Amino acid sequence: MKRTVPLLIAMFAGIMLLASTFIPLTETWGETVTIWFDILAVGAFVLGGGNLLKIHLEKISSKRSGWAFSVVTLLAFVITLWVGLVQWGVNPPKLYPTHSWAGNYIEEGSGLFWIYDNVVYPLTATMFAMLAFYVASAAFRAFRAKNIEATLLLFTAFIVLLGRTYAGVFLTDWVPGFMAMITGMTPEHFNTMQLDELTGWIMNAPNKAGNRAITIGIALGVVSYSLKILMGVDRSYLGQD
Amino acid sequence: MYEFLKNLDRRWIFLLMLLAVSFPILGRWSFPEKISPMVHDVFAAIEELPEGSKVLISFDYDPGSQGELQPMASAFTRHCAEKKFKMYFLCLWPLGEPMIEKSTNLLKKEYPDLKYGEDFMSFGFKAGGEGVIKVIVTNMRELIPTDQFGTGLDNIPMTKGIQNIQQMDLIINVSAGDPGTKQWVQFASTPYDLLTVSGCTGVQAPLLYPYIPKQLRGLLGAIKGAAEYEQAIDEHYPKIAAMPEAQEAKQRMGAQLVAHILMVILIIVGNIVYFVGRKRGDAR
Repeated sequence: MKRTVPLLIAMFAGIMLLASTFIPLTETWGETVTIWFDILAVGAFVLGGGNLLKIHLEKISSKRSGWAFSVVTLLAFVITLWVGLVQWGVNPPKLYPTHSWAGNYIEEGSGLFWIYDNVVYPLTATMFAMLAFYVASAAFRAFRAKNIEATLLLFTAFIVLLGRTYAGVFLTDWVPGFMAMITGMTPEHFNTMQLDELTGWIMNAPNKAGNRAITIGIALGVVSYSLKILMGVDRSYLGQD
Repeated sequence: MYEFLKNLDRRWIFLLMLLAVSFPILGRWSFPEKISPMVHDVFAAIEELPEGSKVLISFDYDPGSQGELQPMASAFTRHCAEKKFKMYFLCLWPLGEPMIEKSTNLLKKEYPDLKYGEDFMSFGFKAGGEGVIKVIVTNMRELIPTDQFGTGLDNIPMTKGIQNIQQMDLIINVSAGDPGTKQWVQFASTPYDLLTVSGCTGVQAPLLYPYIPKQLRGLLGAIKGAAEYEQAIDEHYPKIAAMPEAQEAKQRMGAQLVAHILMVILIIVGNIVYFVGRKRGDAR
């Protein structure tokens, strides 16, 4: 029972979504199933929150290494949740002035907006910006021309790094004209010898071809795995219990 | 020298990178931009639409990618405002709503004649990722009955007759990941043949090229794409060209140029160290 019911629900939802894609009459069924997903996702948020509390409370109570970070995590979680739930600092909307809870939770001036503006925004932006420093360090230490494949990758990286800036135009803008002068052909024949144009070609030809092949391969894999789930052959997603 | 470089403390590299990005940013260095065919396609897709066209603008990113994506989001907003489009803002990322606010504040400041509800409006954040796209492409009212501020769609002049996003003339997506451009292509533009353009982060761009040109008319890749797009707008709209705040991406390209050159130098030096070390028999 514990496995059969979830299996039937998964099969039913999957078949509904599949049918709604190919049979216009069943289009609205697909919408309904998708909305079920949204409703279930709300439950997943609660489970996720509960799981976060459980893991970090266990870590704090057993004083495992790094337990102080867990205290910070839990404080941040609880304070943000509370500020959001009580709609701290949120004004009622102009349209419904008597309904204090109808305001926009993240409007400018609200508590949640303050957290966003002063904590989330600077922290996430800083994390992202720091990547440049780590990538530079990694480039110096790890990007080695150890074999033919690595050397090809290295030269491609040079072309793209320079081609994605003004350096590409500055360094190679003269090439088509010069080549035309030597060969007597028109400069357009040699456009791809400019770094910026060559970058465009790398993205448009080898990259596109490789990514298309990977995407089609993945899609075929997804189709085969989805069919296994729909037919109840693969039940690993149900877990061990 | 070899020993110094072989055991180079990475903090020296961090310092070099700091200097490499600081000078162009503080000195506001910017360089000419050559518009690539890809960016031209994005510009043309928007430019060719008639005045009053309905455009859904989905900002699917958060502050982490704002440095890379905000300039193109602002450029898209300005271009649509100049074209007098009806702009419908939406975001599928929980922290994306303030990104919409940046654009609506820009409209209020730079285009005071445009009115909320008549020329632009915001659906705000909708949870559910790709599920949201799947539903609103056929039945918007089922999932989005109100705007960001709780006003019913029937009470907003520009959403009165909108039943689904198939009624949009163009979808513009600014994307930092999932849900983002890939999902808009899979669930909206491909099955319903909706004209779509996108702007995305540098790491995402190679993955989205396979959808061009049929499913995705064009793509702005990272800050470089945004800078070229700003250039294309500047060439057509002198009023925007004269605004320093509309040249954000171009100014960031100065830092990108120096940082990229530093990266190339670091890779070359790193390889020289590697080959010298190999010759000496102590390469790692």
